[in-house]
Amino acid sequence: MSDYNFAYLDEQTKRMIRRAILKGVAVPGYQVPFASREMPMPYGWGTGGVQVSAATLTPEDRFKVIDQGADDTTNAVSIRKFFEKTAGVATTEKTSEATVIQTRHRIPEEPLTEDQILVYQVPIPEPLRFLEPSEVETRKMHALEEYGLMHVKLYEDISRHGHIATSYAYPVKVEGRYVMDPSPIPKFDNPKMEMAGIQLFGAGREQRIYALPPYTKVVSLDFEDHPFDPSKAEHPCDMCGAEDSYLDEVIIDDQGGRMFVCSDTDYCATRQAAGHRGRLAAEAAE
Amino acid sequence: MTPLLSVRDVAKFYGGRIGCADVSFDLWPGEVMGIVGESGSGKTTLLNCLAGQLAPDRGEVLFDTRAEGMRDTVTMSEPERRMLRRTDWAFVHQHAHEGLRMNVSAGGNVGERLMAVGARNYGDIRDTALDWLGRVEISGDRIDDRPSAFSGGMRQRLQIARNLVTGPRLVFMDEPTGGLDVSVQARLLDLLRGLVREMGLSAIIVTHDLAVVRLLADRLMVMKGGHVVEAGLTDQVLDDPQHGYTQLLVSSVLQV
Repeated sequence: MSDYNFAYLDEQTKRMIRRAILKGVAVPGYQVPFASREMPMPYGWGTGGVQVSAATLTPEDRFKVIDQGADDTTNAVSIRKFFEKTAGVATTEKTSEATVIQTRHRIPEEPLTEDQILVYQVPIPEPLRFLEPSEVETRKMHALEEYGLMHVKLYEDISRHGHIATSYAYPVKVEGRYVMDPSPIPKFDNPKMEMAGIQLFGAGREQRIYALPPYTKVVSLDFEDHPFDPSKAEHPCDMCGAEDSYLDEVIIDDQGGRMFVCSDTDYCATRQAAGHRGRLAAEAAE
Repeated sequence: MTPLLSVRDVAKFYGGRIGCADVSFDLWPGEVMGIVGESGSGKTTLLNCLAGQLAPDRGEVLFDTRAEGMRDTVTMSEPERRMLRRTDWAFVHQHAHEGLRMNVSAGGNVGERLMAVGARNYGDIRDTALDWLGRVEISGDRIDDRPSAFSGGMRQRLQIARNLVTGPRLVFMDEPTGGLDVSVQARLLDLLRGLVREMGLSAIIVTHDLAVVRLLADRLMVMKGGHVVEAGLTDQVLDDPQHGYTQLLVSSVLQV
């Protein structure tokens, strides 16, 4: 531990990030600029989330990392190892045991409590970016609450596909004020954002931090005649039989065979340990 | 009757150079005003000052708002001015791609202003967009095509539909027919004239094409070097020009 400052970043940097987080919490959904640091991992690997986690962690915390719902993929493993090495904090794969959870592309199925912090990795924090390339203009639109353009995107979806085809990074309005990009989580997770835990969003390359305090009102944008639909695959999980969780589709042979499994590995494993069984659970065990 | 727009002594300087200076006039409801002059005479600068896109250095631009009567648009707050720009005002650019979102379908382009003022019913927005495409003579089956697939004339007509969909009272046009060939120009002018009369619009049209103002404008201002050198009824100014520059301008028109 003598090789690193606690949680890698120097104390002044953490102080700067904490100030940005506090401002973000005070103005829910507002993107606070911060001086993002170089991290020992490439952009796109969660440099924003890592910096927010580093500024949030204390030695007593228990840390969990999720990548697309899984604890055992490259991104999750490397970030977990990074904090094991630089902060020496305890880590876990159990959602209920973690106090700080860094996530990419998913919200855990298990509801979070008031004692937990959820940190998102965000690639592009500006929901209006692909419609309005000018940052000067998008900031003005946020400041003046001019969000008609966001609906133009949804209009385009319906006119082209017959329904709102945006299935991830689905724009939300926070507390009736700021329109926010919830990071590329599936829209299935959008309703979960009204939660007990505090949610922090870090975008390293774009140098923005934003936040949702507990129990903040989060509304997914839609049209009166095309209401928001948090859809998922119409199947139960083939491993644990859960019908309420978000599923990954897995191709299992070249005969057109496929299976659906929970994307949240901890949720699935916990259910299986409790004796729940899906259609293919026995085969997988062999 | 109160004027819709009242301009008092507006001036805009670019450093030591004059953009436009000492411009005053009243625009009455339902009236179309033409501003002509050679390039560099300050007509576009003036238009941008009137439309709230440039802040004039001096003077007042009073607009008869629906809620509060005459308001100076130069000193009103930016949110109010931007609100005016997407409700009561419309701005038709010379190049349609400046006024359109090229990567959004025609229907989305027309619907944007509706959604910006709170329309949230997809069916209604689409019906209105279809209606407006029809009014500007774009066939309904092009509603999901992007403007990049449209010809220059169609783009310009789409831009007009997009601007008029919220029922503005004042339209600013900057060389609306520039860059179009003559037959397309004629069709566009015909369409504009019809819409202006039908909707009772007031308009300010900046152009260097005297034929355009002859056809559309009730009144004319001739600008040179940032100053208004002559103003009056269109036919009067064009048929009996008094100022030397106006005489030059009128006599420079090519005859076929």
